[in-house]
Amino acid sequence: MNKKVIRNLYMAPYAVWILIFVVAPILLLLYYSFFDIHGEFSLINYQRFFTPVYLKLTLSSFWYAALITLISLLISYPTAYFLSKTKHKQLWLLLIIVPSWVNLLLKAYAFIGIFGAYGAANNFLEWIGIGSRQLLFTDFSFVFVAVYIFVPFMILPIFNAINGLNPALIDASNDLGASKSTTFRRVILPLTFEGVKTGCQVVFIPALSLFMITRLIAGNRVITLGTAIEQHFLVTQDWGMGSTIAIFLILIMFVIIRLTGFRKRGA
Amino acid sequence: MKKVMTGFIAIVLVSILILVTINRLNLSQGYSGADTLTVFNWGEYIDMDLVSQFEDETGITVIYETFDSNEAMLTKIQQGGTTYDIAVPSEYMIEKMLEEDLLIPLEHEKLPNLDNIDGRFMDLPFDIGNQYSVPYFWGTVGILFNPELLPDKTFTSWDDLWDPDLENGILLIDGAREVIGMGLNSLGYSLNDTDREHLGEALEKLNQLTPNVKAIVGDENKLLMANNEAAVSLAWSGDARDIMWENEALTYVVPEEGSNLWFDNMVIPKTADNIEGAHAFINFMLDAEIAALNTEYVSYSTPNQAALPLLPAEMVEDERFYPSAELTERLEVYENLGREMLGLYNELFLQFKMHRN
Repeated sequence: MNKKVIRNLYMAPYAVWILIFVVAPILLLLYYSFFDIHGEFSLINYQRFFTPVYLKLTLSSFWYAALITLISLLISYPTAYFLSKTKHKQLWLLLIIVPSWVNLLLKAYAFIGIFGAYGAANNFLEWIGIGSRQLLFTDFSFVFVAVYIFVPFMILPIFNAINGLNPALIDASNDLGASKSTTFRRVILPLTFEGVKTGCQVVFIPALSLFMITRLIAGNRVITLGTAIEQHFLVTQDWGMGSTIAIFLILIMFVIIRLTGFRKRGA
Repeated sequence: MKKVMTGFIAIVLVSILILVTINRLNLSQGYSGADTLTVFNWGEYIDMDLVSQFEDETGITVIYETFDSNEAMLTKIQQGGTTYDIAVPSEYMIEKMLEEDLLIPLEHEKLPNLDNIDGRFMDLPFDIGNQYSVPYFWGTVGILFNPELLPDKTFTSWDDLWDPDLENGILLIDGAREVIGMGLNSLGYSLNDTDREHLGEALEKLNQLTPNVKAIVGDENKLLMANNEAAVSLAWSGDARDIMWENEALTYVVPEEGSNLWFDNMVIPKTADNIEGAHAFINFMLDAEIAALNTEYVSYSTPNQAALPLLPAEMVEDERFYPSAELTERLEVYENLGREMLGLYNELFLQFKMHRN
């Protein structure tokens, strides 16, 4: 009995924390989403979300986020795999993580220079004979920069999963006559799947609401839900609509995590 | 456990040290009182020699701080940590600050030099009777372009931007009022138009511009135009002036259909501590000679009529920055259209951004 009281006492700070910083903000968003631009209670925001403007916005956000996640994964899995086989793993890992210490804006501005008409990338294209072309403010540059930014966050969990793999299992697989590719498909991949899932979630969710580089790198040719939320809060001061978009983002994320996350494989 | 405790204590100690340092730093600056005056202005927006002259003449010590956006300025004044005596917001921000009751009314009898301001720039819709603000500099929205990159093009009308030869060549400003306003102006409507049909037409017209739009950017257009990344950009005249210093090939034009007229204005925010000194400063800056010197330094367009004869002729006769009376007639100040209309403008702008041909 006494123990239970003490345990609850220890729990209290965490409960308060979650209440204030997790539950309350979401409830607040929900509350604001029911008010129109004049501060009167209405469901107009939800109705507005299902107009072509916002549906198109949502679809395009998901398309780009999915593309960024997929490319990040294609780059990160082999990288993490080979990284775990190198001699100085921690050093290599550090080298990959260091760029994420540099401020995001600074990196974005650097890419404006690199992708510019007279930038390094075009100089290179000129030199190898392809000739310079429009790089900045294209879908390509947007996805490229986003992948560059997110790759470290994808590599880390996958690397941890691969690194934590018991080598005896791979030896066993080999001893039992599995080919290299079978070992990879039937042993390594399923056992590191948790890492892949974490990595995908860590990349996909922020990619959905990227907004600064949509302007700096994509010149607002790519519009995400993040851009719309920013506009509603800062420019239009239509907090209701901004909150509604945020609520839908949370709902959709919840569904996705539900579909992908909690299905335990072969427990 | 012991290690964790040591680490914990170390973090706490370092935090306290940083906190004390910050407090010390804050104390050494931004301290306003009877003999000091804190001026909050845009960067590079005043001739500092004039500030020294003001200090010598009045014995007031000026603390000068800068901001880089109206929103940043608003936030700092709302927080009220520093006793800003003078601020220089743009006209739309004045309306916002008035709504939030952040401004102190000006005492006109303490500002005899107010008569120097051109009558055209007084008594404007954002501050009827100039109860709270005095114009500091003004400007327009227009087309900044590079004749060297476009030798056989001229720009006189907004419609020139729709030229198919400019494919993927135009930079726009990331502002709903500016871009939708451009669409409205090109159709001959007012940029304060609230008729939904007219706004729909403007969007339709803007959507046709999409193939020519290279990007919709913020302040980066300065960098991009200076580096010849693009040949044409929608721009504020003040920014245009700045970029033209960097890249002398560029020139600027206000389209004949009309455009926006904007103002940066001196105000006394509620945070003020030295209201007497603030009036003295505003009156000092309104003096014809001082305003002329300041205009030569900043090189934006001055609303001070008495200062114009004191300025170099090539500056005030430059119709790009001091448009003719005829054209000025067609320039409009943004009116506060209300939240609902602003919302509509933004949604149309969003649709324009999403439009792909």
